[in-house]
Amino acid sequence: MSVIALNPKPDVPVKTARETAESRALRETTPTQWFPYATPQQRERDTRENAFSFRGISRKFGDKTVLDNIDLDVPAGQFIAVIGKSGCGKSTLLRLLTGLDKPTAGTLTVNKGENDENRTRIMFQEPRLLPWAKIAKNVEVGLTGIAKGTDAREKSLAILNEVGLADRAEEWPSVLSGGQRQRVALARALVAHPYILALDEPLGALDALTRIEMQQLLERIWLQQRFTAVLVTHDVSEAVALADRVIVIDHGKIALDLDIPLERPRRHGSPELARLEGQILDTLFGEKSG
Amino acid sequence: MKSTGQSILRNGTGWLLPALIILLWEFAARTGLISPNVMAAPSAVAEAFWRLLLSGELVRNIGVSTARALSGFVIGGSIGLFFGLANGLSGLSRNLTDTTLQMVRNIPHLALIPLVILWFGIDEEAKLFLVALGVFFPIYVNTLLGIQSVDPQLVEMGRVYGMSRTTLFFRVILPGALPAIFVGLRYALGIMWLTLIVAETIAASSGLGYMAMQAREFLLIDVVVLSILIYALLGKLADSFARLLERLTLQWHPAFQTA
Ligand SMILES: Nc1ncnc2c1ncn2[C@@H]1O[C@H](COP(=O)(O)OP(=O)(O)OP(=O)(O)O)[C@@H](O)[C@H]1O
Ligand SMILES: [Mg+2]
Repeated sequence: MSVIALNPKPDVPVKTARETAESRALRETTPTQWFPYATPQQRERDTRENAFSFRGISRKFGDKTVLDNIDLDVPAGQFIAVIGKSGCGKSTLLRLLTGLDKPTAGTLTVNKGENDENRTRIMFQEPRLLPWAKIAKNVEVGLTGIAKGTDAREKSLAILNEVGLADRAEEWPSVLSGGQRQRVALARALVAHPYILALDEPLGALDALTRIEMQQLLERIWLQQRFTAVLVTHDVSEAVALADRVIVIDHGKIALDLDIPLERPRRHGSPELARLEGQILDTLFGEKSG
Repeated sequence: MKSTGQSILRNGTGWLLPALIILLWEFAARTGLISPNVMAAPSAVAEAFWRLLLSGELVRNIGVSTARALSGFVIGGSIGLFFGLANGLSGLSRNLTDTTLQMVRNIPHLALIPLVILWFGIDEEAKLFLVALGVFFPIYVNTLLGIQSVDPQLVEMGRVYGMSRTTLFFRVILPGALPAIFVGLRYALGIMWLTLIVAETIAASSGLGYMAMQAREFLLIDVVVLSILIYALLGKLADSFARLLERLTLQWHPAFQTA
């Protein structure tokens, strides 16, 4: 598990698949069997602090193990994408991270950032705006317990400007298009400068063009604010286009942990991206029997 | 329901048909098509209205009836709202009281009239009790339903953003339940008048229903018709008020949006 999780130094050239036969054997043995190697060769530690870390996290629903002994360290400021088949537990992972759900086993450490408040935010697949609050008021929900009154107002207008909706501040959510509502939801998630932003397929319901626009918006804001982003997506090309690192979840485990050390802005459809995409798809669908 | 301009127009056109009916009615009465023993002509009703207005009897009776209706409504409505909110928010409270309340709901409240007369005679309490009981259930049921149908995803969203329980209630749950509460409110207003009419006709010594019953004894058919019309008007007034309130508080709702 630890072997496949090696993190390259920035100057190391692009790595090919790290899932060797040896590491797979290691992954598929039970922890007790590894014993001599059990003190893992540490994943080369980033100098950055971890935004959050999962240690042996499991989540069961009844008899069904959805997440099985997950170990995951995510350094602050990293953009990590989580991919997996439907029902593999991606949303469950995010719900654990954001405290909406508790693990059945393991420890979860979530760093809170500079200010001691909880600045972990989640953006859902649906915008989840309050239909009875004007757009600006909806964004101010993101400042609950942080700012009030004119201060909150100014902050929410500033972030609405950032997502290109400043002129819609006084409208009801019901008059916005799906993409615009999702941008309001993004603004609400960002207004308090999150330390960790979890995104659960936030672009899943959007059309292809709006999607690309939103991806660019997300990347731009992430480059400005440098929060830790955890993006759950079904779209492999979206994952490699946006993330520093992609993990694939399969049967409750992390089946692949891949770094994407490519320069930004990345061009959709470049051969490098295509190669990484292929590698991820292989993990998802290929080589299972071998 | 769409835009104010449209609704004014629609309300205007809505009055056309009643006006036409009144005209036809007057015509039928004058030509003897309808015997005066069966139905009073509109002009006779208007005359009765004027007479009773001058004597002060009408205003007094309307006042008495309205006061009864409203106080019964406030009592029953606030108890209904209270239980609706409590049972919607707390599973414990729901487990404790909901079954009982649903059982009581299945008794038609007007069936209690004989019992109520035994308890309270024909005093004010009898009317208040019946109106409050009648109003209680629509408010209770719809408030409960409204709270239970609040989008759980929104509640979850509120939690993630660290809303306290009170904030969550006032910003998410109550506004979400409001459309259903209004349905209950309007329904309750209807029941309020209905109950009052029945109670006043059977057991009262003042009020509109009493006035109608007295008139019946003296075969004053114009006064009977007048009472019925006033009931209808009061009912309509209450409903319009509820709709105005609804329009003001549910501006966000696509069904109430003005352009
Ligand atoms: N509250 C729950 N009770 C029982 N089972 C649950 C619960 N929540 C999730 N599950 C189960 O856990 C598994 C993983 O669910 P999860 O929502 O995390 O999947 P996902 O990877 O997000 O899928 P998708 O890509 O379709 O959103 C599913 O099989 C689901 O049925
Ligand atoms: Mg999901």
